[in-house]
Amino acid sequence: MTVLAEHPTDLAARQLFWRRFRQHRLAVFSAALLAFIAAMALLAPVIESAMGLDATRVDLFNQYALPDATHWLGTDEAGRDVFLRLLYGGRISLLVGLVAAIAAAVMGTTIGLFAGYFGGRLDAFLMRTTDGVIALPVLPLLIVLAAVDLEKVGVPATVAESEVVSLYRIMFIIAIVGWTTVARLVRSATLSVRTREFVRAAEAMGARPWRIMARHILPNVVSPIIVATTLSVGGIILLESVLSFLGLGIQPPTPSWGNMLSNAQELITRAPQLAIYPGLMIFVTVIAFNFLGDGLQDALDPRASRR
Amino acid sequence: MLTYLARRLLGTLIVLAVMSFVIFSLIGLMPGDPIDIMIASNPDLTPADGVRLKKLYGLDLPIGERYWNWLTAALGGDLGYSRTFNRPVLEILLPRLGNTITLLGIASLIAIAVALPLGFAAAVRPHSKTDNSINMFCFAGISVPPFFLAILLIILFAVTLGVLPAGGMGPVGGEGGVFARLEFLVLPVLTLTIASLAAYTRFARASMMEAMRQDYVRTAYAKGLAVRRVVVGHAMRNALLPLVTIVALDFGALVSGALITETMFGYLGMGKLLFDSILANDFNLALVGLLFATLLVLVGNFLADIAYAAIDPRISFKSLANK
Repeated sequence: MTVLAEHPTDLAARQLFWRRFRQHRLAVFSAALLAFIAAMALLAPVIESAMGLDATRVDLFNQYALPDATHWLGTDEAGRDVFLRLLYGGRISLLVGLVAAIAAAVMGTTIGLFAGYFGGRLDAFLMRTTDGVIALPVLPLLIVLAAVDLEKVGVPATVAESEVVSLYRIMFIIAIVGWTTVARLVRSATLSVRTREFVRAAEAMGARPWRIMARHILPNVVSPIIVATTLSVGGIILLESVLSFLGLGIQPPTPSWGNMLSNAQELITRAPQLAIYPGLMIFVTVIAFNFLGDGLQDALDPRASRR
Repeated sequence: MLTYLARRLLGTLIVLAVMSFVIFSLIGLMPGDPIDIMIASNPDLTPADGVRLKKLYGLDLPIGERYWNWLTAALGGDLGYSRTFNRPVLEILLPRLGNTITLLGIASLIAIAVALPLGFAAAVRPHSKTDNSINMFCFAGISVPPFFLAILLIILFAVTLGVLPAGGMGPVGGEGGVFARLEFLVLPVLTLTIASLAAYTRFARASMMEAMRQDYVRTAYAKGLAVRRVVVGHAMRNALLPLVTIVALDFGALVSGALITETMFGYLGMGKLLFDSILANDFNLALVGLLFATLLVLVGNFLADIAYAAIDPRISFKSLANK
């Protein structure tokens, strides 16, 4: 009861949010499904040892095995267990999707806050830049960025040639082209919030700009950020899979859903099922993120929603 | 109007200039350089020759000067040679550009022609069965990886049914005319269409919903017009306007889609050329190809802005110029 007394509006808002979110059945189902996929991916090593298999073990006497009790989804062209590779691939895809989406959201939020709060020339410059980035043909640009020789930009050779670098690189390059939606949303939300009385009051009391942005404006523009970020995760997972599929993202033998598909494409007449599984995983994960984002939008921002 | 056009054109040129520098620098950061590749493929060349050649071609200059040299040559019409084709870049690029425009043109036209009725039908009766199924289709369309869609279509039509070719462009030299090429276009066009169709349908629905909420629609209903008259005569015309902008802003996505689709189906368009040239370290070709892709998108945006102002009587070029 004390909580209620202290923050009556907070609690009501949260209740309203849950009530509205629960009505979007697909979003609730998607959230559960994503939680399940994430849990399976996180537990991949545990599941691996419980099944008594090794995801990296090559077994050339057991290529293209059909699903059975040991290999739940059969084996690939090197006799590796497809089910376990899907789980490990899921770790990569989800990690890239979440980290890149959050990084892009942070960039976009900062840019949007500055543009909206300071206005004037800074705003004009930042928004023209945003327009420019939006207009770019993203995929060709990402391919060039993925091909950039890291040693030429001063990354030490030991790092540039290490295995994990393709993972960090892909998160980075997707984030630097993906911040525009959030930047625009935050800017327009900031523009409307900065004229409100509590911001004026804070300014009158001599609060510094960074404090006003962080304490007074940011909490009021969180909803669109959450929605846009959730919706962007799906798109990022798609981009990652495309780049990995083209051989420019996550490098084999580390499995990702994209490079598993790329492998399977060459074997399409021999073993079409190898292409179906990773493709379905990408599809299901991406559509779940899109439904979740849609549900969050309905619940957080009822006026802008489709209902 | 002329002031507006001039300002808009200037803005586009500035973006293009900035992008050309960014792309030029990025290409310079790709592994190796043309002389390294020459030395690696020719045992007669010594490292000393390499240094001399780099000096000869100005590759030892700082990036700013190299860009300036390239830019002045490019503006004079010299875009350089392709390393892998041993021919001037433009000679290779232009026919490929034509192929891509054919592909994108057909796919966009089909997508728009189908998306408008679908989106409008969904918006007229929100939350009906029709709306919900269209909505489901859209979510599926924007969530399916394009290359996976291509693989599924190949499995279905080329492997299982065997009715369509899995890729390629048809007879060399264009024998058999347009019709011989037509069957090679079906699957790439289908792949591209499905992705844009889903996105366009969502835009069309949102735009129509917005129009249906307006006062004049309520007035039209109130004065007793039939639903059809209200939708076609009043709401639809206003719902079409914002779509022009959105479809044009989607140009970048189309170019990305073309790259995947062309690569998947071995369709000899600019997207595949761009991808191949980047992988093969064909620096000149990659550079000019990327610039063309950017130019294509910028021109699309520019035309959309003009079209928007030209169609909508409420927006005058004068008011835009004063903004």
